[in-house]
Amino acid sequence: MASFSTEREGDLLTVAVEGQLVVGNRADFKQLVFDQIESGARRILLDFSGTAYIDSSGLGALVSLAKRARDEGGALHITGLNEDLRTLFELTRLDTLFKLFATRGDARAAF
Amino acid sequence: MRLEWRIASDVREIETIVAEVTTACANAGYSQRVCRLNVPVALTEAIANAIMRGNGGDASRSVRVCAVVGEDMLCVEVTDEGAGFDAERARAMCEDPEWLEREDGRGVFLMYALMDKVETWCDAGHTVRLVLRRT
Repeated sequence: MASFSTEREGDLLTVAVEGQLVVGNRADFKQLVFDQIESGARRILLDFSGTAYIDSSGLGALVSLAKRARDEGGALHITGLNEDLRTLFELTRLDTLFKLFATRGDARAAF
Repeated sequence: MRLEWRIASDVREIETIVAEVTTACANAGYSQRVCRLNVPVALTEAIANAIMRGNGGDASRSVRVCAVVGEDMLCVEVTDEGAGFDAERARAMCEDPEWLEREDGRGVFLMYALMDKVETWCDAGHTVRLVLRRT
């Protein structure tokens, strides 16, 4: 399945998704990030460089997290999309909704 | 190669099926991109839809998955015990700009986008057939 590793520096939360983000684990993923937002995270950086694929449930979870971050005055940035994952974002036009970055450094610098 | 499963309506069952079909495709020489993207995502969507919408998540209802991995074509049929849905309408909804910020509703759209052909019908349950030609 998948694992999520988190790093927290002040209000910056970085989450790396290893494996898949799919219907079977998206609720856990959402809750993990929601809990961090509750505890003050406002800059949310999601790293998918270790992610095999994301299904529609996973994409939906990202939409929900971005809204929540925005509602709390924060922002959500995404990095590490391989060519296949980028195709998914383009097909669903989510590349127009999210801020996508080539590297973690770029994503952090843009907050 | 023909693969077949009958599973309870539990999303935890999806991963094994997707992995086995994807491995069969890889062994049959389907492209890496197809095995990394098209097959796992479209098949995950079809089974998840059958479990959650077709069977309403009712664990007493089952889902049947039958995959034929051929030299020229992959064909997967996913059958649930529900009454079916208007797949074309579900696909079209996702193309509505208003839909962009909604959490749900991209699954059927992705099936159509990632497969060469998607067919649906109701007989003894509702079936979605996914077809992908090997290129």
